[in-house]
Amino acid sequence: MDMNIELFFQYLVAGITYGTIYAIVAIGFNIIYNTTGIINFAQGEFVMLGGMIAVSMHAFMPLPSAILAAVLLTMIVGALIEITFIRWLVKPSVLRMIMITIGLSIIIREGALHIWGESVRALPYFTGTAVTAIDAGGVFISPQVLWVIGISSIVVVALNLFFSYTLLGRQMRACSSNRDAARLCGISAKNMVTFSFVLSAGIGALAGCVVSPITYVQYDSGTGLAIKGFTVAILGGLGNSMAAVAAGMLLGILESFSIWVMPTAYKDVISIAILLLILFVRPSGLFGSKEAFSLKEF
Amino acid sequence: MNALKIIACVFCLIAILITPCAAAKETVKIGAILAITGPASFLGAPEARTLEMLVHDLNAKGGIDGRKIELIIKDTGSSPEKAVSFAKQLIEEEKVFAIIGPSTSGETMQIKNIAEDGKTILLSCAAAEVIVNPIAPHVFKVAPKDSFAVDMIFEQMKKMKISKIGVLSSNTGFGKAGKEQIEKLAPGHGIQIAVNEVYDKAATDLTAEVTKLKAANVQAVLNWSIEPAQSIVLKNTRQIGLNVPLFQSHGFANIQYAKAAGEAAEGVLFPASRIVVADSLPAKHRQKTVIQSYKKAYESKYREDVSTFGGHTYDAFMILVRAIKEKGLNRENVRAAIENMKGFIGTAGVFNFSPSDHNGLDISAFEMITVSKGKFVPLKK
Repeated sequence: MDMNIELFFQYLVAGITYGTIYAIVAIGFNIIYNTTGIINFAQGEFVMLGGMIAVSMHAFMPLPSAILAAVLLTMIVGALIEITFIRWLVKPSVLRMIMITIGLSIIIREGALHIWGESVRALPYFTGTAVTAIDAGGVFISPQVLWVIGISSIVVVALNLFFSYTLLGRQMRACSSNRDAARLCGISAKNMVTFSFVLSAGIGALAGCVVSPITYVQYDSGTGLAIKGFTVAILGGLGNSMAAVAAGMLLGILESFSIWVMPTAYKDVISIAILLLILFVRPSGLFGSKEAFSLKEF
Repeated sequence: MNALKIIACVFCLIAILITPCAAAKETVKIGAILAITGPASFLGAPEARTLEMLVHDLNAKGGIDGRKIELIIKDTGSSPEKAVSFAKQLIEEEKVFAIIGPSTSGETMQIKNIAEDGKTILLSCAAAEVIVNPIAPHVFKVAPKDSFAVDMIFEQMKKMKISKIGVLSSNTGFGKAGKEQIEKLAPGHGIQIAVNEVYDKAATDLTAEVTKLKAANVQAVLNWSIEPAQSIVLKNTRQIGLNVPLFQSHGFANIQYAKAAGEAAEGVLFPASRIVVADSLPAKHRQKTVIQSYKKAYESKYREDVSTFGGHTYDAFMILVRAIKEKGLNRENVRAAIENMKGFIGTAGVFNFSPSDHNGLDISAFEMITVSKGKFVPLKK
């Protein structure tokens, strides 16, 4: 098969598109994992809720306010979920938390089916339309892909600043490294967990808004995104947002180039094979630290 | 005194509960197995709404010869596995008279033998030819065959002097059956398939797939699926600057897909039954009355555009009702009545069933449709 430089970059662009979508979903997993040590299986549903609410809101208000409203409302949902279902649990086991979050994901999904029905929705493209593409010397990029990349980068940088330099961020990190010691220092671990749900719900919702013009949003679209996001979070090393971006790019680009040489049907085989390989060879993830991993329960 | 009042109340209650059962004739139980949710919900949801509307209206008019219809709808969530358990439940426990659906070919093929073994009439709303070829005596289908759709598309390609195409299909029963027909019929029409790719039904972006088509210098793209992916294909093809004619299957015949793809849907070509272009039909067209009355009823009740899919359950239900009216509630007689039904004018076309043809439609059921300014319009010849 002949391959010229333009096609090479076109596959690369496709890979980056996939990769950023995976990464922005993976970041949400990491925040909750960092403060609670659990995987929130309802993370994909936050993404779906963000997209759905924004589409509904967009009927009444301009796009930026609709997105803002969707993010805020999803954050409230995140807080309510944590306060109602998780906050009052005394030392819940990992298994119990997994069950709870899986249950929640099903409830949110079915709830969305009743509110919005089964039809497929999408926000309009932030810039241009469905057919607009930027021509970079024979390589075409949809402006929406640039939006996804831009917003993911801002989120990652902002999160890093937040966790390194703000009091709240450092309190959350303290809870993650040693919950009992953090409590002895006067940090309310329970509030930190609530806050991590709020934060990851907000980031999930934002992700849902920016990717919806590309992927569409439907009541059950969270599940598929969550599976890929979860793969990427593990691949990079749980808890590390920068690693999630790198791992997302890696997986997206591998998937995209796999289509060049192999039938598309094998695309998911690639990603699952890589995931299994990483789990066997480096269970802490590509960029995760082995010592830190051995201290975690899960 | 109080005890007396309570006893009186209890008797009243019992009386209320018993009366309707004693008065009404036995109901006719009709099952429906439809993909109301899940990836094929664009098919199943309007199908279920259509059935609910028809049963409601028919019961309001007194049902069939005084017998009310009892409709039992099961939502498969587009999963063939669920279709199997619902089919068994409807046949063995509910003992339904007939089953309408399933919505998709994959689901129908899973339950074809179950319906046949249970001697229950099955009126499938799915497209794949394998549903009625080979024939199972109790299994019918009301959606036009996919081979007609493929033939129609290839004819159109020849007119446009297209000989080298790229084919994309989804990994569902519909996608698989379409892909087989495309591969089988292409050589006969002198069409070369340069790229032939299958993608996941839940695909969210297909840029890499269409890049492969672009690399192969195809003259047209033919996509065969029923999921939102068929809108995504349109957007991605245009975004990477692959400006060749785009063809879709008859699975595209729900205006929601065109709306979802926005500008990228303009000019897309696909075969579909005339219901999606009802307003542009000439007044004397033989399907005009049927299509208009269904469209009016559906659109005023549900405030959404009709699609061919809702039309399929309309046809299935009307064929069944006509056969029951003719032959009463003997299942074998009704089955024979459907098998020999001729000239039934439905939304999909004019049905002429026979013992060797359990679909009853010919290629004239299809019309080549295109999208212009966000609306379906017949392609000008």
